[in-house]
Amino acid sequence: MIGGRNRPIGMRARAAAVGKTAAIKQGRDIDERLGLAGAGRWLLNYIFPDHWSFMLGEIALYSFIILILTGVYVTFFFVDSAHEIVYHGAYLPLRGVHMSEAYASTLDLSFSVRAGLVIRQMHHWAAVIFIGAIGIHMCRIFFTGAFRKPREINWTIGLGLLTLALLNGFLGYSLPDDLVSGTGLRIFYSVFESIPLIGPWFVYLLYGGNFPGNSIIPHMLVLHVFVVPILIAVLLTAHLAIIMRQHHSQFPGKGATETNVVGTPMWPAYAAKSGGYFFMLFGVIAALGGVAQINPIWLFGPYDPIRVSSFTQPDWYIGWMDGALRLMPNWELHLPGHMVANAFWPALFMPGILFTVLGAWPFLEARLTRDYAHHNLLDRPRDRPVRTAIGAGLLTFFLVMLLGGSEDVIAVFLDTSVQAVVWTLRISLIAAPLVVGPVTYLLCKELSAVPSAGFRPRPNVIVRTADGGYEAVPAELHPLEQPEELHPAPVGEATVPEIVPGGQPELVGAGRAPRGPAPPVSAATAVAPSTAPSAIPGVRTVSREDAVEAEVEARRQRGFFGRRRSNGAGGNGPGRNGPDGDGPGGG
Amino acid sequence: MSDLSDVNEPETWAEHMAIAARHPRRAELVVGLSFLLATLSVFVLGWIYTQNGQPQIEGMMLFVLFGGIGFGMAAWGKWLMPKGPFVEEREVLTSETNQERFSETFQRGRVAVEGRRSFLLKMFIGVNGLMGAILLFPLRSLTDKGPKAGGPLYTTQWKAGALVVDEENRPVHISTLDVGGSLTVFPHGYTDATDDQTLLVRAATTPVAPPGRPDLEKWSPAGYLAFSKVCTHAGCPVGQYEAQFQKLLCPCHESTFDVLDGAAVVFGPAPRPLPQLPLMMDDNGYLRARAGYGEPIGPGFWSRGG
Ligand code: FES
Repeated sequence: MIGGRNRPIGMRARAAAVGKTAAIKQGRDIDERLGLAGAGRWLLNYIFPDHWSFMLGEIALYSFIILILTGVYVTFFFVDSAHEIVYHGAYLPLRGVHMSEAYASTLDLSFSVRAGLVIRQMHHWAAVIFIGAIGIHMCRIFFTGAFRKPREINWTIGLGLLTLALLNGFLGYSLPDDLVSGTGLRIFYSVFESIPLIGPWFVYLLYGGNFPGNSIIPHMLVLHVFVVPILIAVLLTAHLAIIMRQHHSQFPGKGATETNVVGTPMWPAYAAKSGGYFFMLFGVIAALGGVAQINPIWLFGPYDPIRVSSFTQPDWYIGWMDGALRLMPNWELHLPGHMVANAFWPALFMPGILFTVLGAWPFLEARLTRDYAHHNLLDRPRDRPVRTAIGAGLLTFFLVMLLGGSEDVIAVFLDTSVQAVVWTLRISLIAAPLVVGPVTYLLCKELSAVPSAGFRPRPNVIVRTADGGYEAVPAELHPLEQPEELHPAPVGEATVPEIVPGGQPELVGAGRAPRGPAPPVSAATAVAPSTAPSAIPGVRTVSREDAVEAEVEARRQRGFFGRRRSNGAGGNGPGRNGPDGDGPGGG
Repeated sequence: MSDLSDVNEPETWAEHMAIAARHPRRAELVVGLSFLLATLSVFVLGWIYTQNGQPQIEGMMLFVLFGGIGFGMAAWGKWLMPKGPFVEEREVLTSETNQERFSETFQRGRVAVEGRRSFLLKMFIGVNGLMGAILLFPLRSLTDKGPKAGGPLYTTQWKAGALVVDEENRPVHISTLDVGGSLTVFPHGYTDATDDQTLLVRAATTPVAPPGRPDLEKWSPAGYLAFSKVCTHAGCPVGQYEAQFQKLLCPCHESTFDVLDGAAVVFGPAPRPLPQLPLMMDDNGYLRARAGYGEPIGPGFWSRGG
């Protein structure tokens, strides 16, 4: 099936030959000036594992680029001033109304600047998608254990990126000085005011005096377009550089082992595909910016400190914080001569603790499981029930807080009292994670005990036999349709191969073969190479889960799940790994 | 070091350089068409822009433009370019030789720094700490322009005898509100002062006072009660007066205050009652403040005191 659609034809071969001369010249030109041939070749050959979930990080990265592009445009029209003027612009319902220059310039951007509304809305949508993508990307990293050694630093950097993204989202949301965002600024004034020791001083510095202060808008602009984006760019660069240095982790299966990377090289297929995703994301955001109204500030009106409307919520990514403010009981800490006000606990203290624990999670987990080994193969969430349960519990906690941010809307929707909703959510905030966690744990255990769960069934073909009977025969699959069967990676076993002096990454063609079931990596048999620096002498790392996995693997071997596919006999390139895959392949 | 081109077995090479498309012609057509669509949308975009723009069409045309380029590229990469799978052996991050040498080099310097001159090191650390502290001073001067932090958090412009006015600076007469009515008021001349905003409600026709505090009856001429409008939770304006239940409601986080009980908190996260402004009626029937607020208004802050 391969020769047929890829046989080079004469003309193409000639064109390729001509192209090669040009490419040689270009390569030489670059190398003679910058000496970049080695690095360049490494970059072009960089392998990306093929799995859709690796696109989540790309979405975050690309929406950040879109944020910068649209943000620069929006900045040209925004006036960062709280100075009060009377509006005479294009939007009739607000003519003659007193408002800040910031609000008026946002109205002008929306109604008087050509293409202004589209780009403003694209900017807002891109921000929403940016933060959403970071969140889902983090979930992927968490539940598959991609944060384990050697990737702990990048997990922590990623959490820093999330924090900065949340901060910048809030700053940008607050800049237009409309009624809703002004209310948010007022609440944050109170939150900052409550910081022990420096609260009043800090808030005066930031806002330029008592609320609303005269410098919060210019201060926010500097932070929003300059300070925070630069911090994000620096951390993002570090994030990507570290990934490139360590290479991506990958899911088990398809010939993937702890010591190799299986996938598509950067050049040209991955570059084309990923560049295409960038444009497609840009397109989707443009469509949203054009037809899906977001943050229609002209409906809210300018900010007026004595007014507030019901049903005002911040953007969803801050909503959990607002929810925490709403669900907090009315406690306040009185110290001699000082006070830690109510707002401090839900809005700063609790998120501070949560994010610290999250940031330290890789180190905590390594300590609790005594697993200090290198991991390049990812976990299936169900194979790590404790971690999955904790993650599910945490997500539930955030979800209940997010619901809390809309308790008034929920009360109206359910036609009940706000009090009832708040008390339900207060109880759920504690109870729901305690229910969801254990249930998740049990589900994971159940799934691991059902060995066929998660394996795609082979389709059958009905064949008529010579004597007129019918028989169901498992179908031969197209090579591209081979099921990707995931096998649990062993826990805690060292995975660093023997150190090759001057070891260079080898990139070899793998042929088609490595699809299909992975080489048997049963926990019982995959014993660590002894050179691992992380092996703790005397510690037995085979846990109960491993025992289950070993049993599953053993059943597989015995043919419990039907015929095993032959493991790619013939047609393998010279560099293909041996079936055990625990050693560098030949080149 | 091996390379793609080092895999010189023609069979293998052809195999992993194979493209994924079963019908390359059709794939080419799809890619070409999406690039063509994108090209067309550019012209529509240009035309719309000269016609003074129209957000929905702009958005959709940008979608076709970017989406067309993007889909074309992705399809090109997915179907018409070799994808392998290729296998790359991971480079080992650590090397014991280098690790040792690195540590040795580090140690060499450390001996020079710590060994004999450890008092210099301590001084160095000390002076850096002091430098950090002194560098905070310019930060502090940023606040010199405005009022000093703290002061205005304790006080408002409500003084004894201050005339109660509405948003338009009009004095409030005893006949201004009906029972069940409410109004946002300020001290005369300070209608812009956010912290002075006060909610005036008329709860009855006769003076009212919280249970157990009959002395406060003189604060509420003709049933007028005034509370700071700045919520003690997070500072939102407490703007909703439910006359039927005599409750004040803050729309931000649903804190509820009982008007007849000195604005005591009956629900929600607000930790303290809204401070009450003592009122009196002057000889012409206008409302005035009997005194200022007896405590700092609004949410708590660190230096507020217990
Ligand atoms: S600000 Fe009033 S309840 Fe939070």
